[in-house]
Amino acid sequence: MTPVLHYIALKTGRALFVVWAAFTVTFVLLFVLPANPVDLLFDPAELNAIPPEVKAQVADNYGFNEPVVLQYLDRLGHALTGDFGNSVQSGKPVVGAVLDVLPSTLALAAGALALAVLIAFGIALVATATRRAWLRNLVETLPSGAVSVPVFLSGVLMLQIFSFQLGWFPSFGDQGWRSLVLPLVTLAIPVAGPIAQLLVRSFAGEFHSGYVTTSWAKGATRGRIIVGDVLRNAALPALTIAGVTFGNLIAGAVITETVFARKGVGRMTQTAINTLDLPLVAGIVVLVAVSFAVINLAVDLIFPVLDPRLRATLTAGNPG
Amino acid sequence: MTAFASGWARRPVLVVAWLVVLVAIGWAVAPHLFTSYSPFTGDPSASFAPPGAEHWFGTDRLGRDLFARSVYGARTTLTATLLAVLIAFGLGAVVGLIAGFAGGLADTAIMRVVDVFLAIPSLLLAMVVVSVLGYSTNNIALAVGISSIASFARVMRAQVLTVVNQDYVKAAYGLGVGRLGVMTRHVVPNSLSAVIALAALEVGTGVLAVASLGFLGYGAPPPQPEWGLLVAEGRDYVAVHPYASILPGLALAAVVIATHRISTSFRKENHR
Amino acid sequence: MTSPPVNAETPASTEAPPVSDPLLRIRGLAVDYRTGREWTPAVRGVDLHVEPGEFVSLVGESGSGKTTLIQGALGLLPAAARIRSGSIAYSDVDVTGWNDRRMALVRGNYVGFIPQDPNTSLNPVKRVGQQVIEAVRFNRPRGTPAARYREAALESLRTAGLTDTERVFHQYPHELSGGMKQRALIAIALAGRPRIIVADEPTSALDVTVQKRILDHLVRLRAELGIGILLVTHDLGIALERSDRILVMRRGEIVEEGPVERVVAGATSEYTRRLLDAAPSRHAGRLTADSAVRPQPRPGAVALRAEGLSKTYRLRNRAVLRALDTADLTVREGTTHAIVGESGAGKSTLAGILAGFVAADHGTVHLGERRLTGLPRKRLRELRKDLQFVFQNPFTSLDPRFTVRRLIAEPLRAFGLPAGDRVTELLAAVALDGSYLDRLPSQLSGGQRQRVAIARALALAPRVLILDEAVSALDVSVQAQILRLLVDLQAERGLSYVFVTHDLGVVRLIADDVTVMRSGAVVETGPAEQILTAPRHEYTRQLLDAVPGALV
Repeated sequence: MTPVLHYIALKTGRALFVVWAAFTVTFVLLFVLPANPVDLLFDPAELNAIPPEVKAQVADNYGFNEPVVLQYLDRLGHALTGDFGNSVQSGKPVVGAVLDVLPSTLALAAGALALAVLIAFGIALVATATRRAWLRNLVETLPSGAVSVPVFLSGVLMLQIFSFQLGWFPSFGDQGWRSLVLPLVTLAIPVAGPIAQLLVRSFAGEFHSGYVTTSWAKGATRGRIIVGDVLRNAALPALTIAGVTFGNLIAGAVITETVFARKGVGRMTQTAINTLDLPLVAGIVVLVAVSFAVINLAVDLIFPVLDPRLRATLTAGNPG
Repeated sequence: MTAFASGWARRPVLVVAWLVVLVAIGWAVAPHLFTSYSPFTGDPSASFAPPGAEHWFGTDRLGRDLFARSVYGARTTLTATLLAVLIAFGLGAVVGLIAGFAGGLADTAIMRVVDVFLAIPSLLLAMVVVSVLGYSTNNIALAVGISSIASFARVMRAQVLTVVNQDYVKAAYGLGVGRLGVMTRHVVPNSLSAVIALAALEVGTGVLAVASLGFLGYGAPPPQPEWGLLVAEGRDYVAVHPYASILPGLALAAVVIATHRISTSFRKENHR
Repeated sequence: MTSPPVNAETPASTEAPPVSDPLLRIRGLAVDYRTGREWTPAVRGVDLHVEPGEFVSLVGESGSGKTTLIQGALGLLPAAARIRSGSIAYSDVDVTGWNDRRMALVRGNYVGFIPQDPNTSLNPVKRVGQQVIEAVRFNRPRGTPAARYREAALESLRTAGLTDTERVFHQYPHELSGGMKQRALIAIALAGRPRIIVADEPTSALDVTVQKRILDHLVRLRAELGIGILLVTHDLGIALERSDRILVMRRGEIVEEGPVERVVAGATSEYTRRLLDAAPSRHAGRLTADSAVRPQPRPGAVALRAEGLSKTYRLRNRAVLRALDTADLTVREGTTHAIVGESGAGKSTLAGILAGFVAADHGTVHLGERRLTGLPRKRLRELRKDLQFVFQNPFTSLDPRFTVRRLIAEPLRAFGLPAGDRVTELLAAVALDGSYLDRLPSQLSGGQRQRVAIARALALAPRVLILDEAVSALDVSVQAQILRLLVDLQAERGLSYVFVTHDLGVVRLIADDVTVMRSGAVVETGPAEQILTAPRHEYTRQLLDAVPGALV
């Protein structure tokens, strides 16, 4: 096997392992650890009023009476064919239910990510390019502010200012692009924070590195150095926190969709947990883990394309 | 002493950050010293009072003083955060130390497991854990703690690996110091500093996570004051009475920003 | 984006300098650094000039301010520094206080710069050719056809002494050796057709044989292109061998200036004389101990013997690196055996195996009668009492959290021996008094740290000391003190040294026997006298040839 194929196989294998392990962890958490998983399916207030036969019947339906190993293999087998069972609340297949609301979340997350990356690069560029110390100091405090303000607070503030006071955007619901603006900005802020922190640091680091001195000595101007030398080298590390960024997007989406009462995977997760819709919860967690694994795999595969040094360690002996 | 004083005077922002954290701790330890109102009972006739001299943060629908509820809420939120950080720090540091110091198969196995936990966003993991354990503030603490073990373990391992490859560790072996001595005398003390800076940062993140779960309604049941829950309660009336939600939220944000600032100063000390 | 600088705007062509004007003239330059809220002077009123076609060297140890001075000349001072007074003029055009935009017209075009570390000075994600083309483009009139840039870049690479220029043009920096990278950087410096080149320690990161070729080339460029060269170096040997005129700098001031012959014949400053004395090449033979009569080693007694040592490493890309190939070594009791070689020679791997840090694939090591290789950890630990190691870098080999007392007591504690007075005694042996006991490594200078490291290595009263480049990280004057200390200690205690180094000058001062290594194999071994004066192997001759300062 060539080193390149070996690298791809290794990374793919690791991604598959993560997905399988996430499925297993979820299974253990939701179906093995609770003493009586079936109890979780009922409203705690009514639990005592439910006759044991009904419980037994439900437990049987969900396969809770089978040995754990059989339950596990059964669920794993179905999951491999894309079947995560049916939602307890709606009775619809889990995958279908998630796919129904996915576009709405995707629009929100993709928009927020794009905005966050823009904000982060803006902050890093201003901090690097400016010669005014006060401006640099001011800009450098923004990222830690962005990660410190709770999403639910910034969401409520957005609503109060731009919806209730100024009336520019609708407050709730799903009415075209106008109702997307506030949630998108709300979600972009905490996502932009860590990216900006990283970029400010790596821009500063690269800006003071040896090859930048060489460029100054060549007669390059500040603008040429930032665009021609610093940008690409400094942007590479941002890819390494793709996983963290993804986690922030998911966590942020849960809260943002709740605050703005938007339909989406985040809000569905919240309702699924509230109603203890175990199959739906399990399905969502595994789907999130799959997305995470795919994103990290993509980063692992893109990295050597962008960084010739890494490429060299893969294609031993025949550089270029 | 004068050098100490001038050192602080040169960093006014850091002084403010410490003050904010100390006040928050004061709220949590002895809330009755900061407010004479009860967080539970209010005067229904004085509902939705705006912020003023009487009620600094105003009152809620039941006429309860929101400043008092914020002060008492600090105890719930900060205790849960402390517990969460202790769990994450304690277990994460041990796991990371074992992985980094033992190396080989143990390292590979531990890090693959850590990978899996990092693949599930920590808020989502905490939500799942809390749904299994049941809704309560203690369970929120447990859930947030468990979901942060992986990131602590990763930082600790990276730090241990850096230290283990330092010349002074190799030198200690060369001087005849045993593995246990090298670990306790050189590796652990030199690795911990980075993880402690992370722990300070994690206090801020932990407050956010605890409050987020509270906001979503997985924490203490409603009459209990908790920062996330306060924002959630106020949200229903945000159009007419925005302070009920925003002022407790700002108190929370101030604490998080302050811990971030302090954590940054720790990191800078380390780099010196 | 600014437009590419146009030649007509540069001082070089507007002023059309008369021949008498120096290419670079610095007058009374003073530069301060901000430390906290105060300004500390780094350069205190320096005058310097370089005439057309002149090779000038600026010599100084670390902290002398030599790098700050040339950063000031190029307008590349870091944000924490400021010019307090003085002026900088290129061909009589005063550029003092020019901003980056205006300085960009001078840099590259008028003054070329060769940086210190070729490994970090090229952009890792851009092809070499592209980086040279930029240097051409920034310094030619706008509207030059792209093909001309390429041609000029290739020409520049050729002038810098690279042979396979088409190939290098398409390669990335990491695909080149250190010497080739430095040549690429010279090409970049030449690409703007400068009239003067400033080189900041251009060879200190390179092996001696490569260093010699690069310096030879700079001298040739000076002759062929008639440009001026300002070389900044810590190595007095290089300066004396290569330049027309030298300046010696210390604590921000010029303490000596003059033509090389004059300085060698009679240095006016005390400091320069000390530097000249400290230069290893100045000494004809081995240092002799001051303190005691050297105990005569028992003839034939062997302290350490290695036979047929081999070590291969598997690299990440599954290639195999033969770090060490059936190497033999015999260290006679009470003597110093130097292992010399350039980077990649395998000398550090050998030292690591001798010290028991690295396991050999094949071969054996005996310490006296006892076998060292293949021992379990516990048994190896027992041998540590007789075999100790001193690292290259005293800044990393001491735990930053330990006081000097704890550092020196550590080996004693490890074997359950009483520390107490023994620590003070050891500290005295390396000429440090009791006031150092409670200091942290960060409160010590490089030389003091290395003394502490030596005291620590002596704590268990070992018979063999392995010194891995133990003086390479130190300034020449400190280096001389440590070498003297080592020689004295050897005489007092009858120690045997394995002295690993890349510096043949140092070998002359301390070695009884020498082993020369290349690419993991032993090239030649024998008494120091014979290796240094009548080497049998061609490679040893090359190494000796490359040592700077042979003239001194």
